[in-house]
Amino acid sequence: MLRQIEGSRAVAEAVALCRPRVVCAYPISPQTHIIEGVGTLVKSGRLKPCEFINVESEFAAISVLIGASATGARTYTATSSQGLLYMTEAVFNAAGLGLPIVMTVANRAVGAPVNSWNDHSDAMALRDAGWVQLFAETNQHAVDLHIQAFRLAEELSLPVMVCMDGFTLTHAVERVEIPTQEQVDRFLPPFEPRLLLDPADPVSIGGVVGPEAYAEVRYLAQARHLGALARIPELADDFGRLVGRQSGGLVSSYRCEDAETIVVALGSIVGTTKDVVDQMREEGTKIGVVHLTTFRPFPETALAEALEDAHRVVVIEKALAAGSRGILGADIDALVTNRGTRTFTVVAGLGGRAITERSLRRVFGEAIRGELGVVSFLDLDRDAVDRELARMAANLGTPPSVGRVFDDLRTPTARIV
Amino acid sequence: MFQVRFHGRGGQGVVTAAELLAVAAFNDGRHAQAFPSFGAERSGAPVASFCRISEREIRTRAPIDEPDALVIQDATLLHELGLFSGLRPQGYVVVNTAKTLEELGVAGIAKDLPANHVLSLRATEIAIAHLGRPLPNAVMLGGLAALTGVVSLAAVVAAIEERFSGAMRDGNVAAVIEAFNQTRVGPEALVAHQISQRRTVGASPD
Repeated sequence: MLRQIEGSRAVAEAVALCRPRVVCAYPISPQTHIIEGVGTLVKSGRLKPCEFINVESEFAAISVLIGASATGARTYTATSSQGLLYMTEAVFNAAGLGLPIVMTVANRAVGAPVNSWNDHSDAMALRDAGWVQLFAETNQHAVDLHIQAFRLAEELSLPVMVCMDGFTLTHAVERVEIPTQEQVDRFLPPFEPRLLLDPADPVSIGGVVGPEAYAEVRYLAQARHLGALARIPELADDFGRLVGRQSGGLVSSYRCEDAETIVVALGSIVGTTKDVVDQMREEGTKIGVVHLTTFRPFPETALAEALEDAHRVVVIEKALAAGSRGILGADIDALVTNRGTRTFTVVAGLGGRAITERSLRRVFGEAIRGELGVVSFLDLDRDAVDRELARMAANLGTPPSVGRVFDDLRTPTARIV
Repeated sequence: MFQVRFHGRGGQGVVTAAELLAVAAFNDGRHAQAFPSFGAERSGAPVASFCRISEREIRTRAPIDEPDALVIQDATLLHELGLFSGLRPQGYVVVNTAKTLEELGVAGIAKDLPANHVLSLRATEIAIAHLGRPLPNAVMLGGLAALTGVVSLAAVVAAIEERFSGAMRDGNVAAVIEAFNQTRVGPEALVAHQISQRRTVGASPD
């Protein structure tokens, strides 16, 4: 049914259609309306059988789901920001145990300083925890990815994070087609657990694995992720046939035929970028944008193909990997530099900083004219930063050489932007 | 694309207003996107929200910096820095007030816009009359619909009926219809309408 609905509410509806048996969450900021929405659906009896468990922390939430999932229940939770980080230890455990938990991460910044606005710092901090990470470009995409996530998770025994931009998507009221229960039931069969704790036949899981076998266990995790790379596009096609729209997959390209400049990004900023691409195309600039729906496992081959003919790649990062040239940027750099393709990392939208079409146009133009640094910060307040750098330099002396990428930072007058 | 920026104070339903407008536009068969300004929510603090309406899919997620219409739910915000920033030359303004623009000291804004593009609406009074509470948000949409024609009255009423129930639904529907009819006295009558409002004696929400 086509509805004009808030992103969080739409996701709550989609999750309910997937018939989770146990939903467990810590219902406090930084939560979104998703958990509230699922809770309402459980209480009203629309989602049943389902046990909704309020707990005392995010760490407890994921821990309860680990137990519930191991006893064969389809499980779901949502969190973001500090809440996700507070879960961290058990997030790794869920992946290590191969439990198909689905979790929405409504992406937000991480403190300190305290900031609950949107960026990708939370999900990026846990990118190597062993979970599949899917990023939604729109609320429609978020709804569709959640339904695909449960099937992917359960087929491959892998937990899946569906990442959607906090506020930008979760609080946006827009047009979303919510699939019918019949469609979802046809796509998502009942959960048949591979691993099942049963009091009548007790076993122990997650035991000690010594140096003689730990690497092998990790290798198998890698194999499951590589399996996901093959399965994700198939599930997207299945889902697409069922609902009549293409949604999901590994990467999606927009106007990249003959594009000399390709922008790569995760999440909702791709929408704004598409508008900018259209404007620049009208002026004759050969530019396109690639959305990375699947970030973990990293779709190396699909992405390399999508970027094959680009002269330059501009990567928009909504997270900062302090001390490195970026997260997505470094991954993409490794893929394309040996072909002579230039890559630029643009750190943007940190802590909810608005990303405007004007700023994107400017920075894409600078990349095309070769005026952009390897790593730059969109719309940085240069004066404020220079003053502080000068003060630091006066107090501490000149910082030691930190290599090419960080040349800009050595002298306050050099440009990062 | 028609872009509306709502200004008000925390507790006045500024976010709900943008959402109702988006649902109304959807009811009219258009694409719409509503979103709040993302700040710390505090009762009484200045709050903004946004709504885009288009015939095509709306992809941009950038804040609205060049609105086609401003809906100002609280006239005490009129002198906030940047309230009118980016307003398009052909733009519209709806202000919740029982005063005239001259009395509010913003008559200059109306002079820069086309004739009859600025509406002062006694939304708080209308809300109190129909809801018993000073909740001007839905009422303002009646004025906006009549002033701009960007959404139909029927679509606004349907959005309210979907969102509220009981007395809130019935009161808001009646209030929106009254606001619409008050405004819809014809473009030529708008100025006269403002003058008649000035002459009206009664409780002032300002």
